[in-house]
Amino acid sequence: MRKFQLSDKGFDVLNTIFVTIIVLLIVYPLIFVLSASISSPSAVNTGKMWLWPVDISFSGFKTVFQNDAIWSGYRNTIVYTVVGTILHLVILLPCAYALSRKEIVGKQFIMWFILFTMLFNGGLIPTYLVIQSLGMIDTIWAIVVPNVVGAWSILVARAFFQQSIPDQLVEASKIDGATDFQIFFKIVLPLSLPIIAVMALFHAVGLWNQYFNALIYLSDETKYPLQLILREILILNEGMTGGAGTEGGSVNSFAEQIETASLIKYAVIIVSSLPLLIVYPFVQRFFVKGVLIGSVKE
Amino acid sequence: MAKNPARAISMNSRLDKFKKNVLLNWRLYVFLLPAILYFTIFHYIPMYGVQIAFKDFYATEGITGSPWAGFEHFSRFFDSYYFWRLIKNTIILSLYQLILFPLPIIFALMLNELKNGPFKKWSQTLTYAPHFMSVVVIVGMLVAFLDPITGIINHVITSLGGSSISFLTSPEWFRHIFVWSGQWQTLGWGTIIYLAALSGVNPELHEAAKMDGASRIQRILHINIPAILPTIVVLFILNIGSFMAIGFEKVLLMQNNLNAETSDIIQTFVYQTGLLEGQYSFAAAIGLFDSVINLTLLVIVNQIARKTSENSLW
Repeated sequence: MRKFQLSDKGFDVLNTIFVTIIVLLIVYPLIFVLSASISSPSAVNTGKMWLWPVDISFSGFKTVFQNDAIWSGYRNTIVYTVVGTILHLVILLPCAYALSRKEIVGKQFIMWFILFTMLFNGGLIPTYLVIQSLGMIDTIWAIVVPNVVGAWSILVARAFFQQSIPDQLVEASKIDGATDFQIFFKIVLPLSLPIIAVMALFHAVGLWNQYFNALIYLSDETKYPLQLILREILILNEGMTGGAGTEGGSVNSFAEQIETASLIKYAVIIVSSLPLLIVYPFVQRFFVKGVLIGSVKE
Repeated sequence: MAKNPARAISMNSRLDKFKKNVLLNWRLYVFLLPAILYFTIFHYIPMYGVQIAFKDFYATEGITGSPWAGFEHFSRFFDSYYFWRLIKNTIILSLYQLILFPLPIIFALMLNELKNGPFKKWSQTLTYAPHFMSVVVIVGMLVAFLDPITGIINHVITSLGGSSISFLTSPEWFRHIFVWSGQWQTLGWGTIIYLAALSGVNPELHEAAKMDGASRIQRILHINIPAILPTIVVLFILNIGSFMAIGFEKVLLMQNNLNAETSDIIQTFVYQTGLLEGQYSFAAAIGLFDSVINLTLLVIVNQIARKTSENSLW
């Protein structure tokens, strides 16, 4: 006798229910933030708002847009992201292409030279000392140059070139008298737009979201990227009201602080994540492609 | 005797060949130059700089000029009272993350059983989204949701008759919050590779199994899981390789004096002692200790994987 067996139909129903629950769990915090950003802070703070907006007000966004620090952070982040991404491509693409060609002697050695950095690194302090001795502290270069390219991206881009640029094409162009520069810029790059998009997107998202390099290398507040400003608003301020506020400050200022903090915190999350959230659905397939090319093992 | 000249000639001709190759393809070598410079300056020079772990580094003397200290910094670290606390916190947090390794696999298997259609597509798009949010925003959301007075979670707890909990300042909650918020962020994204591997499963296998009366669960267990096993092994090795490299930037954001008892890990300690307190050599020694452990773990696990299955990194 067989034990109880789930029919295919029953399996489908159960599976759909479980997936739905997981999706709802993941989406709920996002909806909450979105709704909270356009609700009145008191409704949010008292727990009256739990799913849809209550007492709709845009004062949070108004306060955010009047905040100079946020604007300057936004501007800096855009500059860092654009410059950093361009630099990334300028270093990554030629290197990956050269490594995909069989003409290069000592390719094995160069690959190991690059891959070894994945296994071992000098660590935080020695890296910091190098950046410092190069005079990069408090400049844009401390943000865009460290980690400008990783061994992983080189592997992925190289795999792409190997698979999608036919050798015959390069050979034929060489016979026609084209130099490697001409071949790269006029033939290879136009054929490689998907990988360029993937690499640029991954790197840009990383730059947009990173805070740690800015934290250790920048001390001039006018150079702070958005994420550091966010850290001050979302995390440090809260720490202050939660910790110091209860000891010292009067009840009134304590309440006020909470009020302003909660007025802008959800709006500022939306404002900072907006570019990615808008672009994301359109470029999702590029990201997925990137992960997949990266997982191809040689 | 006869061998030597022949070898010299072959050496010479090899050198000539190389020279010729460079002359012919110098443009390709120029392409390599920026990347090689970058890796040299920002990866290999710091590796050379690791020697400050064995020195008493003075900024005025430079790396080479500072006097040697031997293993003094290491023994100071090993003997310190916080050594075991740091090790314990780092290992527990890593293990906690590691035991959740199957979750994206299970979720991928579930998604794979859905019929292709808008529901599947939306499930994927929505669950991938948190991956693109910054750690600052994630921790900011945690701070907001878990606030003892205004946070939604504590509103739920108090409305159910409980008393509000100060989650982010209590050591006993730190690990759960850290690990599960990480799952929230990466669960969907983590399925991509497995879904790709699953799409490569031969449909004929499923047809044949169906004819033999295999149930859905049986087919998942005996067809789908074996099919993605190589992918699972490789990702598992990579996971172990970064075993101690917990999302340190997130730990740093979540850390405060009140939860330090569990949130103090090796890397936050390196940041604290090195960059905030300026004990460069001491911090570099701890960092080196950390890197060596990671490298050793990666090599060991890869070796085991190589012996027990055909899947390994190298």
